[in-house]
Amino acid sequence: MWSALVDGLFSGVSIGSVLLLSALGLAIVFGLMGVINMAHGELMMLGAYTTVLVQGTLKGTPLFDSYILFALIASFIVTALFGLLLERTVIRYLYGRPLETLLATWGVSLMLQQFVRSVSWEFIIGTTIAIALFMGGTIGIKRIPAKFRDVSTAGIGLVAGTIALQISNALGNMYGLFMTKPWFGAQNQDVTAPQWLRGGLKLGFVDVQFSYVRIFIIVLTVICLAAVYFFLNRTQWGLRIRAVTQNRSMSSCLGIPTDRVDALTFAVGSGLAGIAGCAVSLLGSVGPNTGQNYIIDTFMVVVVGGVGNLVGSIVAALVIGMSSYLYGTFAGQIPVIQDLSKAIGIDLGAQTMAKVVVFALIVVFLQFKPGGLFPQKGRTVDA
Amino acid sequence: MQSQTFSNPTSNSMANGDRPATLNLSNLNVYYGESHILRSVDLTIHPGQMVCLIGRNGVGKTTLLKTVMGLLPARTGIIEFEGRAIGKLTPDKRARLGIGYVPQGREIIPKLTVQDNLLLGLEALGDRAPKNQKVPDEIYDLFPVLKKMLTRMGGDLSGGQQQQLAIARALMGQPKLLVLDEPTEGIQPSIILDIENAVRRVVETMGISVLLVEQHLHFVRKADWYYAMQKGGIVAAGPTSELSQDVVQRFLAV
Repeated sequence: MWSALVDGLFSGVSIGSVLLLSALGLAIVFGLMGVINMAHGELMMLGAYTTVLVQGTLKGTPLFDSYILFALIASFIVTALFGLLLERTVIRYLYGRPLETLLATWGVSLMLQQFVRSVSWEFIIGTTIAIALFMGGTIGIKRIPAKFRDVSTAGIGLVAGTIALQISNALGNMYGLFMTKPWFGAQNQDVTAPQWLRGGLKLGFVDVQFSYVRIFIIVLTVICLAAVYFFLNRTQWGLRIRAVTQNRSMSSCLGIPTDRVDALTFAVGSGLAGIAGCAVSLLGSVGPNTGQNYIIDTFMVVVVGGVGNLVGSIVAALVIGMSSYLYGTFAGQIPVIQDLSKAIGIDLGAQTMAKVVVFALIVVFLQFKPGGLFPQKGRTVDA
Repeated sequence: MQSQTFSNPTSNSMANGDRPATLNLSNLNVYYGESHILRSVDLTIHPGQMVCLIGRNGVGKTTLLKTVMGLLPARTGIIEFEGRAIGKLTPDKRARLGIGYVPQGREIIPKLTVQDNLLLGLEALGDRAPKNQKVPDEIYDLFPVLKKMLTRMGGDLSGGQQQQLAIARALMGQPKLLVLDEPTEGIQPSIILDIENAVRRVVETMGISVLLVEQHLHFVRKADWYYAMQKGGIVAAGPTSELSQDVVQRFLAV
């Protein structure tokens, strides 16, 4: 009896903490800034791949035992920098236009998925050359009269692409496999947990094993939450972020550099996605589609919790995690569900159905409370 | 319609021939889409001068202030602050140069405490901001009510308290020009007097310039100079001591 209860509680909290950790970045980017970032899952994937790289680099060195700590830091930095780049080059131009943001970031997510499949030295060199030539070319034609500019831009694009393709092909021929072999390819990569995270903790009074990896993720989630709370509520940049998210134009009139605040907020949210990616890489193998597995869940957590409310996200993640686990474990034993399953010929009690049912419940829930568990009240709603 | 130019000579008490005007607008034209809102506006504020902009509702007073602050772009014309053209700067850069803005509706950040709202005023100081984030006592001298409210949420304050907070917040940035948009709108008379006195005291003790939009004649008379607006243009100007009954009737919505 006690064992089942403790086991259920632990599993629920552990699923919830994975959800929460992956949704935390989105709670900032989508919840606070209102940016619908469909590439959030791919930012997690970048974090996971960074972990693969760090693990590969440190293999055989004395630091390998603690590689996961370096991987966490590296994932945060890599994804935060990528987020910064994304904000400066794409999202900045789309503030206040949710539909365009959704489409653009979805495009970015597809590009990132393909990027990790095809990335190789040849690919990197070719792309860099193409972008550099194109950018240089477009700056060069600033003096051309406006009516020829479209044609010349297209021309430069073609030329830059051709040159880059030729060079990368030549490099590929010269150096062979070293250049052309994809770093990761389409197949999944495995991250092995370091020695000290394998196995689990056994407590005397219950017959349950607490997996160290899961404990690690729960602790990491708590640390990240505390760090985000501290950053938003106790630092000057946090104060600026809260001011800008509540009243952008007035904040600007007070002298707050809103564009820098936007960039920083987005970078922090992206960095958190990276940390989440690093953490989930411990749970299963890492592939180009890793991000896709999490994107729906993370949006669900933020929406159910109430957009713009970090506490709401925490509660929502735990509730969704707990109910998925409980349903998956116990639904098969409930007579009504067994009968219903027989009637429609689908096993509703199966573990894989848990998510389907929970999401169906969320849909119903949102019909009654469209603002989520903790909707925003008062004047902020209109601002 | 060719608009006249109404010059505003340096008032003798504040005269300082070498210093450029705190704010100088010339031939300013602003549009909302295709509709022409401000028509060739010229306006000058000298250092230490308190200037009041009067006019009925919808003549473009708030638009003018927003253009000065950089919230709206001017299609043509020059905005100079202390002799420097600022027409292309973003609002945060203008705030850092020394323009403090108290907008219509006050725009207190609702989910921040009064203390945090005040501290945000320090942002306008940029690198000059003191390392210890503290609200100076002068602010509490001007608005004693704020001292008791520091931990309350800005959005929970009454209108009058929010107005005082908004002015205090702007003063935290030690502005050279304070832009006030109808600071007494919808506020009970006793607090209006507090606000009037505080603004007057600020002008006299800190020597800052003020651009004020106001409907209350009592407050208008506290200013040194007035500009009257009609249909997006300046149609009259002069020292407030010479405000005639006729002008008041035509331009104040009371």
